[in-house]
This record gives sequence, structure tokens and C-alpha cells, in this order.
Amino acid sequence: MELLLDSLFNGIAIGSVLLVAALGLAIVFGLMGVINLAHGELMMLGAYTTYVTQLIFKLPILKPFYNSYIIVSIFLAFIVSGVVGILLEKTIIRKLYGSPLETLLATWGVSLILQQFVRSVPLAYGTGLVISLLIGLFLPTTFPSKIKESINFKYFKFSSWIFAALTGVLTGSVISSSVSKLSRASARNVDVTAPSWMRGQVEIIGTAFPKTRLMIIVITLISVIAITLFLNQSAWGMRIRAVTQNRQMSDCLGISTEKVDIITFGIGSGLAGVAGVAVSLLGSVGPNVGGNYIVGCFMVVVLGGVGNLLGTVLASFGIGIMTDLIGAGRLLSIWPDMPLPLSNTINFFATTSMARVMIFALIVIFLQFKPTGLFPQKGRMVEN
Amino acid sequence: MRISRRILAGLATASLAVTATSCGGGGTSGSFDDTVTVGILHSLSGTMAISESTLVDTEKMAIEEINAAGGVTVGGKSYKIEYIVEDGASDWPTFAEKSKKLIDQDGVPVVFGGWTSASRKAMLPVYESKDAFLYYPIQYEAQECSNNIFYTGATPNQQSEPATDFMYKRSPAAGGDFFLVGSDYVFPRTSNTITKAQVKQLGGKVVGEDYLPLGNTEVAPIISKIKKALPEGGIIINTLNGDQNVAFFKQIQDAGITPSSGYYVMNYSIAEEEISTIGPEFLEGHYGAWNYMMSIDTPASKKFAASFKKRWGADRVVADPQESAYNMVYLWKQAVEDAGTFDDNAVREALVGQTFDAPQGPVEVMPNHHLSQTVRIGEINAEGGFTILEETGVVLPQAWNQKHPSSKGFACDWTDPSKGEKYKL
Repeated sequence: MELLLDSLFNGIAIGSVLLVAALGLAIVFGLMGVINLAHGELMMLGAYTTYVTQLIFKLPILKPFYNSYIIVSIFLAFIVSGVVGILLEKTIIRKLYGSPLETLLATWGVSLILQQFVRSVPLAYGTGLVISLLIGLFLPTTFPSKIKESINFKYFKFSSWIFAALTGVLTGSVISSSVSKLSRASARNVDVTAPSWMRGQVEIIGTAFPKTRLMIIVITLISVIAITLFLNQSAWGMRIRAVTQNRQMSDCLGISTEKVDIITFGIGSGLAGVAGVAVSLLGSVGPNVGGNYIVGCFMVVVLGGVGNLLGTVLASFGIGIMTDLIGAGRLLSIWPDMPLPLSNTINFFATTSMARVMIFALIVIFLQFKPTGLFPQKGRMVEN
Repeated sequence: MRISRRILAGLATASLAVTATSCGGGGTSGSFDDTVTVGILHSLSGTMAISESTLVDTEKMAIEEINAAGGVTVGGKSYKIEYIVEDGASDWPTFAEKSKKLIDQDGVPVVFGGWTSASRKAMLPVYESKDAFLYYPIQYEAQECSNNIFYTGATPNQQSEPATDFMYKRSPAAGGDFFLVGSDYVFPRTSNTITKAQVKQLGGKVVGEDYLPLGNTEVAPIISKIKKALPEGGIIINTLNGDQNVAFFKQIQDAGITPSSGYYVMNYSIAEEEISTIGPEFLEGHYGAWNYMMSIDTPASKKFAASFKKRWGADRVVADPQESAYNMVYLWKQAVEDAGTFDDNAVREALVGQTFDAPQGPVEVMPNHHLSQTVRIGEINAEGGFTILEETGVVLPQAWNQKHPSSKGFACDWTDPSKGEKYKL
């Protein structure tokens, strides 16, 4: 019983890391059909946001709230990656809808740029840049409609960008002068230390579980529930689904597909940022951190069936549980005296490397029989 | 075609001139009769840049020190050492390509370079075919002995073997079972094969081993295996690489695998530089084995650490790989002066038998092109350094490991033409 519980927990723990990482991609790739190879780098930005938030919370004014920095960084990471995602959509991806190969190449290029960016730009100024992007993109939308419709709107827009740039430079220099660790560019990997209440273990029914893992499971659950509610209950969620199903018709009915694209991509990117917070709790934060997850993300989305959140959820937990079953040699402890050739085979695959080989092989075999994944998309869209 | 070639050649010379002017370093005002240009080849970009750039810094410092002391004296003439730095870009074929460039275009007599075994394996055929010289400064898995490479890092019998011995006989977990964890590539696998043979000889038991594919940071299955194999604590031998250590130590601490509950990790790839990246709070109480540790309390060691901090900043640390890199520049200089020429073959002969008073203590170049070194076992402390617990005498290098089944009974000796790369003892 304890063994089963332990195994189930491990499987869910591994699966939830995969799920939180793949959730954003499930939306961007699943709903919009955009192959975003920079998804991993958006995660990386989320992880760096956690690091920056952690350091800022070490400043004397915020010190009393240090223990809650991880909660704050979840929201900040969502915003940071979301803003960068929106910029990416507005400048590059929008022009490439319908040409997946070009999107693939362009986003791969973006991923390289983002990696080099965090290596070569001091994080303080990186933060400043994100803040100015945030203001520049959103300040004009808050203007009253009277100004928006006037001919001189472009000047208002321009001046708000100037304001944004100034604020960005200002915050950049303030952060850089108060946190010395952020004032220099460094290619070195950095470390996020979980606050003390999140370290160690909790005991549930006689088994000890690491708290960080539980935290990641909670983050994942909340993200999945929030995104499901958003897509199914909110007006924008409904518009997103409408555009996914039939773009031309939605356009004709007065839905601004342009806005829908921005929002969908922004949310997908923001979720990548949240995933970044989660993975920063497990390992170190570096320019390459996202690249380690990108293959896993695509694997989960394809296995689950493109365009289906439930499929993504089941696929990631499935892969998680299989990884644990094979990689930790669980079958042997469940059935200790199995015949020799079988137990030898299981032992052979009971290493992390071989378990990965096995998982990939199983997925390939599965896709031979169900090429569209667990839950294939049905209906008109498939035929287009 | 012709034009484009010309343009290419022009571009090449132009870029060469740029690198030569921008990287030609070691500015001292002393008067020299001539200059000699050496090659430095490490990754300055990509995954390995973090580690390898520290070697470039150390090599530059050693060259500047030599220049400040009058340069290299060959045949009565004093030479100022200049250097060309090339970027291997963490990409193994690039290392081979840049080696060719340094040897053929720049005509350097020696290249100091490499970190990963993969980069060395990529460069080896280049140096052998051109009969040129590479000095390689990293502790590695051995099982190699080239006439064209000098290895100044530790071989397994100069690091992992004394460490395993310590863990089994004298650590708080003495007599316990072993679990081996490593990244999935050549160094951990070879090193663990040796460790397994050694544990068997000692009468101990290896109860499990697992390898994490490079880039993977999911440690959960390994943790369950460790808990299953070592329920009451024991010895973990860790040969994980770089960032994977961060994931490993964060997650094992959360899972309760700590020194206070009887689990002791011996690390072969964690030096002072890595301790500060991972965070001493995760590593305190675990162990490391190196030839050089920054906490060695000798004038030579303190001087080395102090000059490095003075040259590159007070927050910098020195570690074993840097010490090896520092030694190799000095050993090359001594050998060139003894040989009286920069000619490769004469330098090779002069190099064997060279001794140097290194920061770790005296080292000597052996006929198998490796160094005799001192081995130290340290416990990682809260300040991010090692508390040195044990120090061996000088240990001779084994290019062919005597515990590895495939190389038992073999040795390497380049001073005797009848013996060479691999001969039966």
C-alpha cells in the first residue's frame, strides 16, 4: 500500500512538472497551431523572474515578506513571460500564421536570442526592459476611447512609449544599484532557494513527501483549473474556442480574431512563465533550462492529441507514472519473484536513460495506432 | 570562385589580425628579444563557458606572471609569451577545427585547452596527425595515453580510488553500501566501473547505480531507488555534471537524504566554483576529493589564490582545474627552457621528469605524460570551502587503470620506444 502510494505520488510529481511545462504549449500549439520552439525560453524567463523576485525580496524593505516571494513570483512570471509572448506574437508570429515551417525557424531563432539575452544583459536592465514593454504595450489601451479614436492617437502612443522607456531605464538602474548580483551580466547558472516553509518533507498517511513537489503539484492543479474555467466559462474563452473552430466565421460574426490571437498567445506564454517558477524549485536556473523541457512538452501535447487539454493532462500523468514504474524498477518490488528473463529485462530498463528510451519507444508504438493522439480533434477543422 | 576564395582569404587574415591584436596579451614593459605565440582553446560560449572561462583566466594569469618575470629564455634569447584565444563554443567538432587553425595558420608551438572528455577525444586525432601538442588540464577517466597530449589533471587512481577507500574505511558511513549516481557519458561510466571493482576488492557492496541523461533534471526515480537500496543510509558516489548537481542536491535534501540521516555523498565534479553555484547549504557535510583545494594552508597555495583574486576580482575562487591549468603553463615554460628550443619533439623529451612546486605541492611529469599528484579528501563546510580531512603522499598516475577490467596490467611509457602507448607490465 505504502509502495503503491509512493509510486503514485512520484508518478504524479513527475507528471505535474511535464504538465505545467506543456500546458502553455497545449494552448499555443493546440489551439493556435503555432509551433513555438521558444516556449522553453519563455519558461526560462519565468525561472529568472523567480530569481530576480527572490533577490528583490531580500532587500530590507521587503525582508519581512520574504517567505511569500514564491507566490508573488508566480504572478510576476506569468506577466513577464506573457508580455514577452505578446511582443513575439505582434512582431513575428502574426506574420507567419499558416506557414508552420517558417514559424518553427523563426521561433527557434527567437529562442537563441533570448538565451543569449540573459547571458549578455544584466538582469536588472532585463527587468527594466520588460517593465517598459509592459507599460508601452498596455498604457495606450487604457486611454479613453475619445483619445483612441482621434487622429493624433499615434502621438499619444509614441509618447507613452517614451514614458515606458524612461520608466524602464529608471527601474533598471534602481534595481542595479540596490541589488549588486543583478547589476552584472553573467552566463553563470543561478540558484533559487525555496523559502524555509517549503523545504523538507510532510508526512501523509505514514509516507514522507517533499514539500517542493507538493507545491509544484498545487501550482499545476491551480493552473489547469484556472485555464479550464477561463476557456469554458469566460466570454474571451468562448471567443478563443470559436476562433479555433472556425476562424473565418468568427471573424464574420464580429469577433476580433487579432485580439483573440494576442490573448491566446499571451496566456500560453504566461503559463510557460509559471512553469518556469516550478522548475526553478527543482534545479538551477540558467540560459539553457527551458531547452531541457521543450522535447518533453511537444511529446505530451502530441500524445494527448493536439487541441485537447484533457488529453494533455492524461498524457503527462501517464508519462510520469510510466517513467516512475520503469525507471525505478517498481514492477520488481511489486512482484519480487518473477521469472528470470523478465526480471533481467526490467532491471535493464530500470535506469533513467533506458527508461527514457523505453518511454519514447512506447510513444512511437502508440502513435502508430493512434496517430492523432489520445483524444483526436473531431469535426470540420480537421478536414481543413 | 577565384574571387570568393580571395575574399575569404582576405577575411581570414583580417579576422586573424583582429584576434591577434585584441587577444595578444600580457602587457609588460620589460624588453624582450622576440615573442612566441601560444594557443588557448576553451569554450567561451555555450554550456561549458562557465567552467572553461575560468581556465582561460588562469592561463592568462600564468602567462602574465611568466612575462613579468622575464619571459621564456631559449638559447640565450628572451621571448615574451603572447597568446591567441580561440572559442571551442562547447561544440566538440569546433574544438578540432580551431585546433587545426591554431596549428596550421597561427603556427603555435603548443595549445592549452579542453575540458570535457568529448572535446579531447575530438581534438586528439588532429594533434596526432600533425604531431602537435595539446596540454589538457582536467581530472578525467584516463584509459588514454597519447604521445601528443600532456595530461595535468588527475587520473582515477589520483582521485576516485583514494576517495572510495576513505568512504569505505574512515568516513562516518564506513562499511556501508554504495550507490553510484552519474551523468550519462564516458567519465561517470568509466569512473564507476573502476569504483565497482574497487568496492568489490574492499569487501563492500554496490547496491545500485543510475545515470541521468545530460540535460535531464528529473531526479525523482533515482531518489526512490536510493531510498529503496539504502533505507538506513549509506555512501553515495556522485559523478553528475554541472547543473544536474543542483537538481540532485536540492531534491535529495527535500527527500531527507542528508548527512544527518546517514547519507554521505562523495563528489568528483564539485569544486569551490560549483559549491558557490549550488549553495553550501545543500552540500554541507558531504565530501569531495581533489588534488588542489583552496583551503590548503601553504604559502604556494595562498599566493596562487591571492594572485588570482588580485587579477580577476576579490569574489573569484580558485579550484583544482584552474590549478592544473596554471601548472601546465609553467611546466611547458620549464621544458622549453631545458630543451633550448620550441621544437615539439625536443620539448616532449625535456618535459618528462620536469618538477614544479605547484600550489598543491610538488608535481612531476611522468613518462606516461601525466603528473604525479597529491590527493586530498575534504568535507564541504558552511563557508563554501573544503575542510581538508586527509592528504595522501604523492600518488603516481595510472594512464591505464589497474582496477578497470579492460586495462588491468597495462601501462604507458613514451620515453621508451619499445613500450609506447600501451604495453603489458
